[in-house]
Amino acid sequence: MLRFVARRILETIPVLFLVATITFFMMKAVPGGPLDTEKNIPIEIKRQIEAFYGLDLPVWKQYTNYMVNLLHGDLGPSFKHANRSVNELIAAALPVSLELGGLALAFALAVGITLGILAAVRQNTWLDYLASSSAMVGICMPTFVLGPLLVLVFALHLEQFNASGWDFARDRVLPALTLGLVYAGYIARLTRGGMLEVLSQDFIRTARAKGASEARVIFRHAVRGGLLPVISFLGPAVAGILTGSFVIETIFNIPGLGKHFVTSVFNRDATLTIGTALFYAALIVLLNLAVDVAQTWLNPKQR
Amino acid sequence: MFRHAFLGLAALAIFAGCGKPPTRVSTGDAEQVLHYGNRSDPQELDPHIVQGVPEHHILQALIENLVAEDPKDLRPIPAQAERWEISPDGTVYTFHLRSGIRWSNGDPVTAQDFVRSYQRALTPSLGSEYAYMYFVMKGAEDYFKGKSLDFSSVGAKALDERTLQITLNGPVPYFLSLLNHYSWWPVHLPTLAKHGDPYQRSNRWTRPGNFVGNGPFVLDQWKVGHVIVVRKNPHYWNAANVKLSAIHFHPIESSDTEERSFRSGQLHVSNEVPLSKIPVYRDRQSQLLRIDPYLGCYFYRMNTTRPQFKDKRVRQALAMAVDRKTIVERVTRGGQLPAFYFTPPDTVGYTSRASLRYDPEAARRLLAEAGYPGGKGFPAFEILYNTSESHKAIAEAVQQMWKRELGIDVRLINQEWKVYLDSEKRLDYEVSRAGWIGDYPDPSTFLETFLSESGNNRTGWKNAEYDRLLKEAARLGDQQTRYELFQKAEAIFLDELPIIPIYHYTRVFLIQPSVRGWNPTILDHHPWQNVWLAAPPEPIASAARR
Repeated sequence: MLRFVARRILETIPVLFLVATITFFMMKAVPGGPLDTEKNIPIEIKRQIEAFYGLDLPVWKQYTNYMVNLLHGDLGPSFKHANRSVNELIAAALPVSLELGGLALAFALAVGITLGILAAVRQNTWLDYLASSSAMVGICMPTFVLGPLLVLVFALHLEQFNASGWDFARDRVLPALTLGLVYAGYIARLTRGGMLEVLSQDFIRTARAKGASEARVIFRHAVRGGLLPVISFLGPAVAGILTGSFVIETIFNIPGLGKHFVTSVFNRDATLTIGTALFYAALIVLLNLAVDVAQTWLNPKQR
Repeated sequence: MFRHAFLGLAALAIFAGCGKPPTRVSTGDAEQVLHYGNRSDPQELDPHIVQGVPEHHILQALIENLVAEDPKDLRPIPAQAERWEISPDGTVYTFHLRSGIRWSNGDPVTAQDFVRSYQRALTPSLGSEYAYMYFVMKGAEDYFKGKSLDFSSVGAKALDERTLQITLNGPVPYFLSLLNHYSWWPVHLPTLAKHGDPYQRSNRWTRPGNFVGNGPFVLDQWKVGHVIVVRKNPHYWNAANVKLSAIHFHPIESSDTEERSFRSGQLHVSNEVPLSKIPVYRDRQSQLLRIDPYLGCYFYRMNTTRPQFKDKRVRQALAMAVDRKTIVERVTRGGQLPAFYFTPPDTVGYTSRASLRYDPEAARRLLAEAGYPGGKGFPAFEILYNTSESHKAIAEAVQQMWKRELGIDVRLINQEWKVYLDSEKRLDYEVSRAGWIGDYPDPSTFLETFLSESGNNRTGWKNAEYDRLLKEAARLGDQQTRYELFQKAEAIFLDELPIIPIYHYTRVFLIQPSVRGWNPTILDHHPWQNVWLAAPPEPIASAARR
């Protein structure tokens, strides 16, 4: 097991190297640079700034400089945020994204698993139909519709929450709900499917035949296998919850990582773009690893 | 972090039972804390590095120059300097600093501080993007370009602790207004030296805790993408008359999000209003909607290096076929003024006498004279704009007008902002939407954009007489004579028409009834020491929340 984990971690190194290289050259290839502004910067001033950031060097030299700094854990200075380093920007935004993502995930798991189990246990009853159709609504409703809708009802009409911001505890509620709902929908459907499959298996019948209570059958025997599909979904889902929150961050004006990920590209802030891309790549690789480990642990067949 | 998370969950669980929480606006009104929608995060808070409007708003709270702006008409008024003399030929300015003025760390502000600041801004290694703003000062350009290495050759001298003398290359009648541009504002060099190299970028002096300024407020917090908070500066010479205790600058990039924040009582003043919401506010809550004049022009550039736009009759025809009144009334709907000339009307007393008109009949005639009767044979072309709903709506209207009036087929093409800037600079476009906002209140900030060598021209258009008139005006001190030269230059410009002026901007924003001292100024500058908050009568306050 340890060797497996160690090998997988070693495998991430070439992946990250490729991500950094590809992003670096893609940012060089797009038209326009960080110093292109509507008001023209005189050429002699532009040259000074380019010299400061090393943008006057040949591209291969810029690339090797960047890579050497990267090896030292230095993601470079940001262009748009002129006196901050990319490391600082990520460090400042990460806790916000983690908090938002964590809350959304907790909500998604709590609601999704509950609905999924209810639907599976009461298959083809009104409860199943209600749970499955609300899951479907959750999946189909885009966040850019759901977010403003929640704001309209809870912030502007009922006046219980702020329409945007990240200052008070209650500011966490609407964004976490908006972000979590889609995932709750998926988790409910996956749980229902997984549970139905497990519940029809022989060992469940055996457990029932031995006189185990229905609650014991479900929570002791069925859930462990029934949640397997949810676990494999969680890897990409957690990454998605952390990366895919750009829309939510814009709707609620939250200072998270998703915004840097997107706006740095518009600003041609290459170092910030590569930095966030690398960060997410590392995150996805590690989460997938965690999922594999969890699956092995949950599924005796894979052990 | 987790404490907040748990409290958030608790809030959700019990929200149904609890009362309405107080809003930022209501608590702000009580504590004189202003919440301002400032669109985006500042790039920096170093006046010699930044380039942008959100940065200006914050810097105006933190740093004060020799002169400041009158809160109503932006006329230069005494600030760090209590008075000044101008030599009869208009080239030597002698400023007398107030006694007892201090930086926010308690150090006295001296004339030498200003000289050192100018030297820093002109040091090439800093790469100050607005360094050319100094080129009116004697020797500044040579020093910046490395032709002179001795700063004593530059026309900035501290005659004593409290007397500063600035010598210009020639008379610049708008020099005092130019001083209100942040590129000319002072910094505290010892502080800069403490936190890095003062003559390089990436200095950490602008961080909260490090920042030292001489303005009415001091920097308290700077959380990227979240908020910038400034608090009243007790060392400011006029602190007794500063009524706000703090200002929170909220960087909200989405105008929809900003509008919802305003409606839920989180902002006193918004940066803008979504296009679709303007008529709604106008009909239902006009007391919250403000439309102020703004020193800027929205226009279309024409690429005069393309064969079909070489003939000025074609350019005139296209300009005459645009019905500007319809565009401002039906499309933009924000009280904009139809633009029949480039420099906005009444720019410090200057209004162009030459003027375009909307005349489809004459446009058709001109197009026929240029060889395209009824638009026949005119090569189809593209209008380029940076991706945005409002630019698109305007381009569609213009497209329709040209089709209807001139029989010309036009396609629309949108590009992402930086791609669009790149295309425009490389003259890789046919017609391109553009905007220009004045840096200081003077017609030259508009007309000089289209000098042959100007990097902002981007139309390929050159006119020797136009250049000559503007360069002559730049040497003159007499306002009357200068304006006459501007009149002649603008007349040439409007006959040649490398651009199609469409409308003069307005600032459209939302403002709570409690905000006082927020005067309409053409540069959208609102000196913070003149702004304050008064609790509004109850009925309006609750209407603002709905």
